[in-house]
Amino acid sequence: MLKSPAKLLQLLVTLLACAFLFVPTVQSVLAGVTANYFRGLSSGLTLKWIGEVWTLYSASIFLSIWIALACLVVTLIIGVPAAYALARNPGRLSRVLEEFISLPLAVPGLALALALLQLYGGYTEFRTSWAFILVGHVLYTLPFMLRAVLAVLAAIDLKTLEEGAASLGAGPARRFVDVVVPNALPGILAGALTVVTLSIGEFNLTWMLQTPFTKTLPVGLADSYASMRLEIASAYTLVFFVMIVPLLVAMQWATARAQRILQ
Amino acid sequence: MRVAPPPDKDLISVTSRQFTLLCLLPLAIFTLAFLALPLVRLFLGSGAGETGWGIYLTILRTPRYLSTLAQTVGVSLAVTVAALAISTTAALFLVRNRFPGRDTLLAVLTLPLAFPGVVVGFMIILLGGRQGLVNQLLPGHVVFAYSIFGLFLGYLYFSIPRVLLTVMAAAEKIDPALEEAARSLGAPPHRIVIDVLLPALGPAMIAAGAIAFATAMGAFGTAFTLATDIDVLPMVIYTEFTLSANFAMASALSILLGLVTWGILLIGRSLSGGTVAAGG
Repeated sequence: MLKSPAKLLQLLVTLLACAFLFVPTVQSVLAGVTANYFRGLSSGLTLKWIGEVWTLYSASIFLSIWIALACLVVTLIIGVPAAYALARNPGRLSRVLEEFISLPLAVPGLALALALLQLYGGYTEFRTSWAFILVGHVLYTLPFMLRAVLAVLAAIDLKTLEEGAASLGAGPARRFVDVVVPNALPGILAGALTVVTLSIGEFNLTWMLQTPFTKTLPVGLADSYASMRLEIASAYTLVFFVMIVPLLVAMQWATARAQRILQ
Repeated sequence: MRVAPPPDKDLISVTSRQFTLLCLLPLAIFTLAFLALPLVRLFLGSGAGETGWGIYLTILRTPRYLSTLAQTVGVSLAVTVAALAISTTAALFLVRNRFPGRDTLLAVLTLPLAFPGVVVGFMIILLGGRQGLVNQLLPGHVVFAYSIFGLFLGYLYFSIPRVLLTVMAAAEKIDPALEEAARSLGAPPHRIVIDVLLPALGPAMIAAGAIAFATAMGAFGTAFTLATDIDVLPMVIYTEFTLSANFAMASALSILLGLVTWGILLIGRSLSGGTVAAGG
């Protein structure tokens, strides 16, 4: 396999990149379960720090899960019908609309958060509720849901399927529920997993939108990095990894599956 | 046998049309209320300061903002070049070779896709902070996490997976016969890279580069963890808004930043075709 020096160099670069990404991850996992990180693993393994994270931050973990699920529901309600409408009317206007909705992918979250804050910051009740953060998360994740569903709907012969159902007497709503949604399921699944993964990890918007009563997991992470000892920060990061890595794996699996179906 | 009359085409198309509009309604309401109007408000807010619309001239005349802009563009460009070099090399290697452990390497290289910027910042602190790995291993006091180099590494950390996935998708589509033909005609390896591989990967590299650059320009989480002493655009926007309560300047800088990142992505896409964007 390693016949030439060029190949060897490629392997070396690949391994170095892997090390760069993976070594700190391992450090963080180890630090989270080490009694004293400064003295090293010889100080013994412990679940004490995980316990402290639980007492300090469990509320932020549950809030994040709650917001991610709410975000999923909202992006499903908004995104799936909209993707259908855009797929049925592929034209210039649809493209412009899709482009505009995708703006939160291109414009930094900080800018979007400032925009939301300036318009709605005065409505104290809304501003201090978790719904304010939900709005930010929906704004950011909606394009992913829309695109995932749209990609599937654009690839199948929607028109023929619908005409078949219509000739049997199915009305538009019936066709949407019985024909469109089942056919779009691989895209919906991929979109749903993406939405939940991104929502749980969202920081850029959330940091600006949060209040002391609406701290999400990543906000808590930033807080622990700034003010807690390294072991607690690491244990909290470990908890985050345990939540996000299975989601990431599932998301990549669902996305690859949806793409396989398209081909 | 009686044949059912064909359904009235016009009737179906009218109700279909209404149904389609109904399908767009939730999206329209949400987008208007929480994207369009806030952006308009942000833009109007940028002109509502003491200097009015002259605030955009003020940015161009204030050395601190200009040096911030230069520093942000500089570090983002450096990250883009480094991520392209590293990820393209790794992508070609992983596409060309099948070996035990390949899938593990690929999994490690794409793992950070789901890490928020703050977590990436913490990873760099674990490498180069006061209690970091480098400081423990090397003699002397080597702390780089909070310098511009630390910021560069942080941006590189989240850029590598994104660039890798985009370039790998393109590399998988290259016909190996092209390379074999070049080799059989006697082309040395570096000519094959320059004449065959890079042109074939060009569009994907442009797209990936644009994503890496735009993401680095707007990265807030990583800068928030590492760049307490470094002026990069997102941090300056943040301090203008929270510490100085200079809402107009924060808005104007946000508009500027948003236009730059959006423009870069638009240019990247028009030069390359489709894009893959993920995460923030």
